[in-house]
Amino acid sequence: MRQSGLFIISFIFWLLLTWSAEPGSIVTGLAVAAMSTLFFGRYYFHGVKKLLQPKRYFWLVVYLFIFIWECIKANFDVAYRVLHPKMPIKPGIVRVQLNIRSAFARTMLANSITMTPGTIAVDIVDDNMYVHWIYISSEDPVEYTRKVSGRFENYIKKIFE
Amino acid sequence: MNNMSDLTVIISTILIATGILFNLFGCVGLIRLPDVYNRLQSATKCVTLGTCSILLGVLLRYGFINTGIKALVAIPLLFFTATVAAHALAKGSYRFGIRLGEKSIHDDYKDEHDQDKKE
Repeated sequence: MRQSGLFIISFIFWLLLTWSAEPGSIVTGLAVAAMSTLFFGRYYFHGVKKLLQPKRYFWLVVYLFIFIWECIKANFDVAYRVLHPKMPIKPGIVRVQLNIRSAFARTMLANSITMTPGTIAVDIVDDNMYVHWIYISSEDPVEYTRKVSGRFENYIKKIFE
Repeated sequence: MNNMSDLTVIISTILIATGILFNLFGCVGLIRLPDVYNRLQSATKCVTLGTCSILLGVLLRYGFINTGIKALVAIPLLFFTATVAAHALAKGSYRFGIRLGEKSIHDDYKDEHDQDKKE
């Protein structure tokens, strides 16, 4: 039952990707979705319940806009550092405290951090995430935790946990 | 109606041009930045806004038909694969023994890594 979520999502993805309503294509899509659910179903979704709460979708949309905005800002920042003749970079790996428990939410947070220019999530050990940062703007752990993960953490918590 | 489609063409052209520009910045960074990790930043990063805006431009140009939808679906695919690849490359090169460049000012991961080695 809990795997039906993955089945539906992969089937919708197939429909979008092929964008045709021919019977042959739909049957193939069903077969492929069923197969991927069979093989990978146990890695995803520990409950379908979360998929049915509209509040989470609302926060997802809000989060998308914030993420895109942060992404654009950081893109310009990195482009500036790359093009500046003196290259004002202060790279390094910082340790960031995580407040999120569930593995899926952590994955999404790491993905968001990696996708934002200037930061790459390198590893997660226990409750710490190690992040490579191209410009470490402050030496204070609280300050850079807020800057790296704080801007996403609250939203991710609301969406996935 | 004609005005409308002109506007779409202009916006999509701007989007595609911005995308190409940011991809170019990414390539410049790949050459200029000092060590593996910073190059990785540049290679995966400028590409996010770059490639995503190219794909959005394609979507606008073709509308919600076959081609446009495929461009839209490629964005989440890119999101997941690019991030996982960047993460794997960064962790892998650290495990392989490549240290951070001379310009680096901070390395919290070192302790963790050395501990792992002793065990």
